Amino acid sequence: MKLLKLVPDDTNFDFVRLRGWAFGLTLLLSVLAVGLTVYKGLNFGVDFEGGLMIEERFAASPDLDRVRAVVDAQGVGEASLQQFGDPRTITIRLPVQQGGDEGATNAAVRKVEAALSQQFPGAEFRRYSTVSGKVSGELIRNGVLAVVLAIIGIGLFAIFRFEWQFGVSTIVAIVHDLLMTLGFFALTQFEFDLNIVAAVLTIIGYSINDKIVIDDRIRENMRRYRKMEMREIVNLSVNETLPRTVMTSVTILLALFALLFLGGHVLRGFTAAMVLGIVVGTYSSIYVSSSLLISLGLRAEPEADDKPKRGGGMGDAERVAPRA
Amino acid sequence: MLDFPRWKVAGIWLILIALVSLSIPTFVPEEVTKSWGIHLPRVNKGLDLAGGSYLLLEADTNDVAATRVEAMREQVQTEMRRQNPRIEIGDISSRNGQLSFMLRDPSQVDAARERLLSITGTGAGMTGQRQWDIQVVDTSRFVLTPTAAGLAQAVDTAMGDATEVVRRRIDEMGTREPTIVRQGTNRIVVQVPGLQNPQALKDLLGKTAKLEFKLVDTTADPQALARGQAPAGDQILPYPNNPSGVPFIAVRRSAILTGDMLSDARQEFEPQTNAPQVSITFDSQGGRRFARTTQENVGKPFAIILDNSVISAPNINEPIMGGRAAINGGFTVESANQLAIALRSGKLPIALKVVEESTVGPDLGADSIRAGILASAVAVALVVAFMLITYGRFGFYANLAVVINVFVILGVMALLNGTLTLPGIAGFVLTIGTAVDANVLINERIREERRRGRNIVQSVELGYKEASRTIFEANVTHAISGIIMFVLGSGPVKGFAVVLLIGIATSVFTAVTFTRMLVAGWLRRAKPKTINI
Repeated sequence: MKLLKLVPDDTNFDFVRLRGWAFGLTLLLSVLAVGLTVYKGLNFGVDFEGGLMIEERFAASPDLDRVRAVVDAQGVGEASLQQFGDPRTITIRLPVQQGGDEGATNAAVRKVEAALSQQFPGAEFRRYSTVSGKVSGELIRNGVLAVVLAIIGIGLFAIFRFEWQFGVSTIVAIVHDLLMTLGFFALTQFEFDLNIVAAVLTIIGYSINDKIVIDDRIRENMRRYRKMEMREIVNLSVNETLPRTVMTSVTILLALFALLFLGGHVLRGFTAAMVLGIVVGTYSSIYVSSSLLISLGLRAEPEADDKPKRGGGMGDAERVAPRA
Repeated sequence: MLDFPRWKVAGIWLILIALVSLSIPTFVPEEVTKSWGIHLPRVNKGLDLAGGSYLLLEADTNDVAATRVEAMREQVQTEMRRQNPRIEIGDISSRNGQLSFMLRDPSQVDAARERLLSITGTGAGMTGQRQWDIQVVDTSRFVLTPTAAGLAQAVDTAMGDATEVVRRRIDEMGTREPTIVRQGTNRIVVQVPGLQNPQALKDLLGKTAKLEFKLVDTTADPQALARGQAPAGDQILPYPNNPSGVPFIAVRRSAILTGDMLSDARQEFEPQTNAPQVSITFDSQGGRRFARTTQENVGKPFAIILDNSVISAPNINEPIMGGRAAINGGFTVESANQLAIALRSGKLPIALKVVEESTVGPDLGADSIRAGILASAVAVALVVAFMLITYGRFGFYANLAVVINVFVILGVMALLNGTLTLPGIAGFVLTIGTAVDANVLINERIREERRRGRNIVQSVELGYKEASRTIFEANVTHAISGIIMFVLGSGPVKGFAVVLLIGIATSVFTAVTFTRMLVAGWLRRAKPKTINI
């Protein structure tokens, strides 16, 4: 049986040659993403904003303006409606209720529900949640803290396991991934809630994973070809790991697309963020972190080598093989 | 590396079979596993899948401080009176979280301090820290301030008790399998699967149910009361249902009886009017006290006070000796029942407020499970097919590992009594993707080594060896972000992190060790001349 090879053997793309352009593009996109996030802002979910969210399913796709009119007539504050996937399902967002205690919130939920089921026969309640302003503040704080700690922790690990250049380039690449994700959410105005924080952390995890694989190969090749120029080592390493990079991205994307189309609307934002993250993370492995290694002046230092001596051009691998 | 002694092979299979079989009860309906008569660990469905209500309750810690000062006030008063010689005190007040009082006779300062120390503790307690600061100002005024350590300990105790009370009340409601967990210093998470309208639950938990019986001070001047001035030793309490129309009443500060002297409370109907009422039974100590007080105060009214508001103030027509009493006051059957539950389960030592709440309808939950299972199945099918056409036999081994891994994760979750949430399912799908990455790394490396001209055994061996290092590093970094999510995350983030972390640990075993064993076994048996990879 002939097996599938997505990437032909022994590719030799000159990734590094394009790195000037790539840096320019990366910088431009990052600035754009920051601009968008600041200018348009993120569409925070109730978890972060505080307030009330009611999800209602209607017998048939309802007229949004009529729904809005019905909800507004209840005097529970300005409602924002959102349709997600299924045209019959609508989420209604309301601000934190006056008085702020449970009684007011509850009354609002009951009022809206009663009015909707009266005006739209067959409308059924699916879920609701309320978050007080105080708790939402904590959730934001914890979310930001988690992301920052993850970046620092992983950066430190990269520095300990490799050289400092690897740590720095990895952190820069992750910040890039993060900005792209934020920019994406600012652009699409998808709801940014707690689930998305989990997605962001997973993107960070995946992206690092990708970088570690390439970094690992760069380190290996630095030992194997001591005389080689750094840019050639990077090119060689990226090319050597290319089949794996493509294979893994494709398999994970396959799994994610299944989730995106079949996993239900509750997870849609999460999955969309993940898909974007895989693409952006793969890009940044090649064009941000690996390319940055060259600019940071990483090179193999044959004379000041304190690691155990290995035989000439032979790598670590060759020495072990005979033991089989 | 390809050497697998027989005991090792047996061990690996044994571990996998054990973990996979742990996942079986999860697929069997709960009624069935119960009928087997043994308790089998299973993965529970989270609220987003099962439908139900989630409440996050928060206690006001200032409230604890205030209650503590109030309680100390009564203790001080009794203590000063109880022993000989009696120490006369006056101008006692509890304000700004402090208790202060004057001694009528300044020469008794030392004796008073002695007695205060005996009730505030000299530094005993679990932490060995003092619970109260005692100061003497202007030679005869004592000021007692609860210390931060003492307060923290009090909050901790109160929260522990409150969690218990919450549990009892929810159990009394007859709801099935609620989860009640303390969170942080002053919060309680309540999850009740299947509950659609949490209103009744919230009403019940919103009541502290502090029940007190106090004598009414009929001598108080109504005009002074209206100005908010209570006679010494009295307090003014709201009385919304006062038949006389005045919405407040003066009662003696010290209680005849409190709710902790009850042994039972039931909703009943008043025999004559058939109106709902709550009948209460005192324990022996409470019964004796009630009998004595009613004997001494025949003809006078006493107030029944719930959560600092008077429900009714009946006259004592005759001594009540049976240790039983009934509370009337415009109840509905429901509210009487609720009060009875609240009284039975004891008073909340601290008032609780709902700060976060969500309810998921059962339809959405069922839809989410269906969608989640469908998505997972399709994801597995796609990945399996893709691996098979890319790596042939090696892809098949990887697939076997992935499928086993799904059940192993479920088995481990069942063992840890874990809960599967919708984000958890996403974690599953993602774990499938990343577990495959380990095999991709290995197989690509084998391909590479083959191209470099190494023989089959060497290539496979090197493939596993070199890739293992990368896989280890990649998984450590992944685990770092997983642990951070688990520690800092709440709700959905935590559910996702649990699956991710378990998946990282088990996938190393299935994707690396297990497939290596399969490949090694095949190489030894078949001794292939070429491999198709």
